[in-house]
Amino acid sequence: MARHTLFNTGGYRGRRRFGALELRDPQRELFLFRRRLLYAFVFVVLGFGGLFARFVHLQVVQHAHYRTLADSNRIAVVPIVPNRGVITDRNGVVLAQSFSAYTLELTPSRIANLDQTIDQLAELVDIQPRDRKRFKKVLEESKNFESLPLRTKLTDEEVARLAVNRFRFPGMEIKARLFRHYPYGEVASHAIGYIGRINDRDLDRIAEWEESANYKGSDYIGKVGVELSYERELHGTTGVEKVEVDSGGRAVRTLSRAPPSSGNDLRLSLDIKLQEVAETAFGDRRGALVAIDPTTGDILAFVSKPGFDPNLFVDGIDPTNWQLYNESPDKPLLNRPLRGAYPPGSTIKPFLALAALTSGKRTPQQTISDPGFFQLGGGGHRWRDDKVGGHGLVDMYKSIVVSCDTYYYVLASETDIDDTHRFLSQLGFGRKSDVDIEGELTGVLPSREWKRKRAGNREDDRKWYLGDSISAGIGQGYNAFTPMQLALATATIANDGVAFRPHIAKSVVNTKTGEKRAVAPQPTHTIAAKPEHIAFVKNALVGVNREGTGARAFAGTKYVTAGKTGTAQVYSLKGEKYNAAKIDERLRDHAWFIAYAPADKPRIALVVLVENGGFGAQSAAPIARKVLDFHVLGRAEPGTAAPVGSPRDVDDASD
Amino acid sequence: MNFTEVVGRVWEVLTRRIDSFLFGCALALFGVGLATLFSAADQSVARMSSQLMSFALALALMWILANIPPQTLARAAVPLYLVGVLLLVGVALFGVVVNGSRRWLNVGIARIQPSELMKIALPLMLAWYFQKFEGRINWKDFAVAAVLIALPVYLIKRQPDLGTALLIGASGFYVLFLAGLSWKIIAGMAAVGGAAGPFFWSQLHDYQRERILTFIDPSRDPLGAGYHSTQASIAIGSGGVIGKGWLNGTQTHLDFLPERHTDFIFAVFGEEFGLVGAALLLVLYMLLIGRALVITANASTLFARLLAGAVTLMLFTYAFVNMGMVSGLLPVVGVPLPLMSYGGTALVSIFIGLGVLMSVHAHRTLVKA
Repeated sequence: MARHTLFNTGGYRGRRRFGALELRDPQRELFLFRRRLLYAFVFVVLGFGGLFARFVHLQVVQHAHYRTLADSNRIAVVPIVPNRGVITDRNGVVLAQSFSAYTLELTPSRIANLDQTIDQLAELVDIQPRDRKRFKKVLEESKNFESLPLRTKLTDEEVARLAVNRFRFPGMEIKARLFRHYPYGEVASHAIGYIGRINDRDLDRIAEWEESANYKGSDYIGKVGVELSYERELHGTTGVEKVEVDSGGRAVRTLSRAPPSSGNDLRLSLDIKLQEVAETAFGDRRGALVAIDPTTGDILAFVSKPGFDPNLFVDGIDPTNWQLYNESPDKPLLNRPLRGAYPPGSTIKPFLALAALTSGKRTPQQTISDPGFFQLGGGGHRWRDDKVGGHGLVDMYKSIVVSCDTYYYVLASETDIDDTHRFLSQLGFGRKSDVDIEGELTGVLPSREWKRKRAGNREDDRKWYLGDSISAGIGQGYNAFTPMQLALATATIANDGVAFRPHIAKSVVNTKTGEKRAVAPQPTHTIAAKPEHIAFVKNALVGVNREGTGARAFAGTKYVTAGKTGTAQVYSLKGEKYNAAKIDERLRDHAWFIAYAPADKPRIALVVLVENGGFGAQSAAPIARKVLDFHVLGRAEPGTAAPVGSPRDVDDASD
Repeated sequence: MNFTEVVGRVWEVLTRRIDSFLFGCALALFGVGLATLFSAADQSVARMSSQLMSFALALALMWILANIPPQTLARAAVPLYLVGVLLLVGVALFGVVVNGSRRWLNVGIARIQPSELMKIALPLMLAWYFQKFEGRINWKDFAVAAVLIALPVYLIKRQPDLGTALLIGASGFYVLFLAGLSWKIIAGMAAVGGAAGPFFWSQLHDYQRERILTFIDPSRDPLGAGYHSTQASIAIGSGGVIGKGWLNGTQTHLDFLPERHTDFIFAVFGEEFGLVGAALLLVLYMLLIGRALVITANASTLFARLLAGAVTLMLFTYAFVNMGMVSGLLPVVGVPLPLMSYGGTALVSIFIGLGVLMSVHAHRTLVKA
């Protein structure tokens, strides 16, 4: 019974214990067995049928999907980084170029003990503590499956030594990389800028340009200066190599190759010789100089002192040098011509004179009497003139030549600040110059509206006072301009009122086709002033250097120059007399000088700012003289610069 | 006797017990396997000659087995089974651990894997048992058979080698099934098995669970356990209908396919010969198994029937499980593809099985029931 329910092998049969012969039915057994075998056969057919269905699914239905996967398995697209364009000065002197060198790189994710590996590598090649520090810094900023440079610019011998020992260091690679070299070092560093490793912010920028594909494989990008502003010209087009790789990522063969095309070469309007003359003239002093060709807007020299060595930034600056630059009170990383905003001091006077002539507030002949101070309404606050006892009778010409403050106090007291604002903004004050170097500040050209919008807690802070106008009238008060703005205004006057957009790039040359794209001079506008008024102001500026505050610095020039001194207060004196010797060096006044030459047909207009240089005539004008001499005469005239800190001369005491 | 007669006599002795149809199918599959292996092993002559050496040994053993009458084999059943179980116990006590599993036993001259022996010994033992008690099999016999199956399965599962344990369990089940195990019992076992699923799940090792989970979703661990499965699917799928051509499989030759001359050789075949090749391969296996079923159906004794049936179904099971695993239909278990995968042991076992089938066929009329 039980057996019957358990097994179907047979039917009725006897039992051995009864000794009976077994009654069996082989035919039936065979039938039952074969039926089971038939089921097994059906099972086999179903199984193979299922397999076949699976194969159809994989090889027909999903074939395209799997073919794509197989291709992405085997085909690696390797970017070929293009050569970055060369930067030269206007005469073709190389300022920045790329060269190929071997680097020792580590992929942290493939190395178990990074420090130990570096120690072992240090036995083979020279690895300085600064290399380690720099590597640590790069490591912190990167994802650890990236290959990061430990040592750059390996010598041939070092490459050979590493190559032999390669097997000992999984995760180590020797790679040929393109490097950037700036042969002039600190000279013009703020203009040229530098490149550095691409960071997350740069990636966002690249994504915004929709250039992400083109930067695959690129490690560096322009960070500062023209390297930044002309990044897209200089970078070039990345090439692509399709290689077949095995599962270990090793390239087996090249399938196709689209070569990269080098970036365009950039020729600057900068004259590196002139730049060197200017930077040498500064010596150890801090400051800025911008020289512009007034007829084109070409920037001839762009000085920010002190500078920095851009070569240090290329591989990622090491922390020691970074600290040195970043924490120095001299702020070597500050781009002073564009990002330094200073009160213009007396350099504003010729522009205010032109404003007064244009508006009709003054005629050249009108005179005032200067008692040595200006007092509002008779009994109010006294604004001092620089010259004790005053300049006596002063007309407009004399007001510029001797830089008479009282003349401008009076003028300011009679002029609405918004009218002044309107006129001066035409000259570019308080506006971005749109120069082709990034990061410039707007500066402040005060107006009622500006002061109202300014954050102030009390109503009084937002209201315009006559006193504000009077301070602004001699280039102090709220005025704060960048050296670039003053240079541009000077160039505009020198060019008889026609303003050009300042630019440092002269032409872009396609290295492949040789095709040259010149950056055309861009006249932006002509200021609303009568030619005879401009001529009058220009004549007075010539007078400054002939018989006024600039005469001493420009004594004996073989060509006619025009200029204006300026002194910007850093520290507000409360009624006391300014005494440079008593004041801390960093609180001393900033010295300004604006100039152009030759006076009849200006080829160069410039601005010099010497931070804490004291009087403009004393420290800034001699620098201007050297630069003008070199540019106009083609050589420097010896012995013309007065030494810094020389005793004040009575003749140029007024400023 | 002249020379021709001698040759004729020798030829007769050599081929007398050989079933030409079965042998032809096996030879064809081995030839296809050899060609695929040549591609998979990057045209390595060393692997080819090694595989051919195994083939020579396998042919010799096949011939010997084909010439041993089933009754003689039946006498070896009990000793073989006992030795197998003893060796498995030995493994559990003194086994060598390789790759985290205790599967090997060091017997001085070589390491052996007793679970391989059990693949033949268990069906032999069961067939002998049912033959011995033929015609009056009752529930007690079923219980004994269950114990005979459970003992080696348990020992092998403990090693741990779940895949082999299941395969050996399957070979035992095939014998029971062919012996006429009631459908009710089969359904009951399936129900109990299903209900006990969560319990078995809890009994599994972490890596075994991981393997099953990875099978369900290979993207769980695309570089680990899922890598084999994913790359094999890519290889087969990218082969398309006609394949990439012999020696042209990119997955194979660029080293993306793991285990490609052993367990995953079918992926190489599928990539290079496509759906057409895979279908032809299935037809070849179908012919081989079909012939083996015919032999089984015509076997003269219960022992011969059960043994031949179990061998046949195991042949199918290996082929099905391997191709199912490689094409992502089944979880990854270490089962070679019969006649195609590289490896002496597997090849020899298959030809021994074929020798058994040939013996059953050759001796069908000599012994009457």
